[in-house]
Amino acid sequence: MSNEWPLWEVFIRGQHGLSHRHVGSLHAPDAEMAINNARDVYTRRNEGVSIWVVQSKDISASAPGDKEPLYEPSNSKVYRHPTFFDIPDEVGHM
Amino acid sequence: MNQVPLQRCSYGPYSRAMIRICKEESFHQRQGYDIMMKLVKGTDAQKEMAQDALNRWWWPSLMMFGPSDADSVHSAQSMAWGIKQDSNDDLRQKFVDQTVPQADYLGLKVPDPDVKWNEAKGHYDFGEVDWNEFYEVLKGNGPCNAERMAARQNAWNDGKWFRDGLMAHARKREARKMAAE
Amino acid sequence: MTVDVKTDSALFELALRMGDNTLILGQQVSAWCGLAPILEEDIALANTALDLIGQTKLWLGFAGEIEGKGRGADDLAFLRDARAFRNVLLVEQPNGDFGQTLMRQYLFDAWHLPMLTALKTSTEKRVADIAEKSAKEAAYHLERSEDLIIRLGDGSDESHQRMQTALDALWPFAGELTEADETDNELAKRGLAPDLSGIKKQHESRMRSALKEATLEIPDAAIRKGGKQGMHSEGLGYILSDMQWLQRAYPGAKW
Repeated sequence: MSNEWPLWEVFIRGQHGLSHRHVGSLHAPDAEMAINNARDVYTRRNEGVSIWVVQSKDISASAPGDKEPLYEPSNSKVYRHPTFFDIPDEVGHM
Repeated sequence: MNQVPLQRCSYGPYSRAMIRICKEESFHQRQGYDIMMKLVKGTDAQKEMAQDALNRWWWPSLMMFGPSDADSVHSAQSMAWGIKQDSNDDLRQKFVDQTVPQADYLGLKVPDPDVKWNEAKGHYDFGEVDWNEFYEVLKGNGPCNAERMAARQNAWNDGKWFRDGLMAHARKREARKMAAE
Repeated sequence: MTVDVKTDSALFELALRMGDNTLILGQQVSAWCGLAPILEEDIALANTALDLIGQTKLWLGFAGEIEGKGRGADDLAFLRDARAFRNVLLVEQPNGDFGQTLMRQYLFDAWHLPMLTALKTSTEKRVADIAEKSAKEAAYHLERSEDLIIRLGDGSDESHQRMQTALDALWPFAGELTEADETDNELAKRGLAPDLSGIKKQHESRMRSALKEATLEIPDAAIRKGGKQGMHSEGLGYILSDMQWLQRAYPGAKW
């Protein structure tokens, strides 16, 4: 059995957020530690936020619709699919 | 400077990471400049430190933008795909244009005798990067390359028992949970 | 009641003890930055170190005000010699392996949280304010270090062995945190700080229950102490020479 820590995807809902938003990924030995680590890595311990974690391997993704071969993902890891997640709002004004 | 346009990179994960990174880098940039301001306003020894640091890091900073466009193997393709937004040389020029006045403000001198404002072009002229040094660094022959690699590898190897121990505990917990159900 | 804080030597000692503990521990923990077993732990530990240094600024800034000689937090941190430091011996123990660093952190956190919680009701408002702010951070540190020592103690054979070794080495230093001297007694009598015997009970029961869950055995050993009175181990000298080098080499410079 591999001793590498599995990869988790982290979703955070801020105090006034409407829904959980994907913020990134991290490594952790189990779900509880993934949540703890997420607090340090992605929230700077901001209280009052809700955190979801899910193992990356448990996410099923639709195949990217874009036929452009340039965007064809090189492997089946869902977190590498560029179309899987929303582009954060911040992109607009940067 | 390199990272800001990469927020619009066509590769999603890179672009998303860059948005977070740029927020922190902007803080670092301001913090760095603040420290330089304190040094140049300080004692003679501190001013000397500031000039010495600029001398030491100026050329490596220009190298960070990568080889010149003519010699860059991947640049054209990366730009065509939208992975990269600006060419290495354009970004390097932008960096020089922005940082030379910043150094002037601090009363520091950029260690390149060829740096001169070119009115016609609307940009600073500057000297040629020592590309031999650049390619030596790429090959892993930089001044601290071996030490840095060794430090990272030792940290990873020394931490193996810690990572394995926590995996072992996670498995025990899972097994206990299963047994209880 | 608000005491006249100027030149109150017991109160000055309290601020130094609290601030020197967080300073030396923060300095030591920060040495892991970039070298921890995995990135996630590296970030978490660096955050802890930053919290501790932030708390130090508050305590030592307050200490400087009480002293009334114009010394600020930086002067107290960087220009005192080992004999004038008031941290417990525990925090100046070497980083060792990651297990030793975590065990040292845990033994400290398990004291720090009840101590700060009690200081929130100090008769001196400035102490209560600093404690209020620090206690939130300390609660998080404790949650984290306790979780890790339990997991590692009850983990693999090797992690168990390493955590037991760490506990054997560090347990003798845990007692000093709640060993009252005359200054502590005076502080308690004036309501400036809690009676340490109460903190000792909380500290011990918390440690005993977590260490049991971690399947670790508490060694039978005498208390090692002296730091609170300025009697330090050789190690503190090395920590200070590293930490104070710049200020000593360039006296009077502002950074």
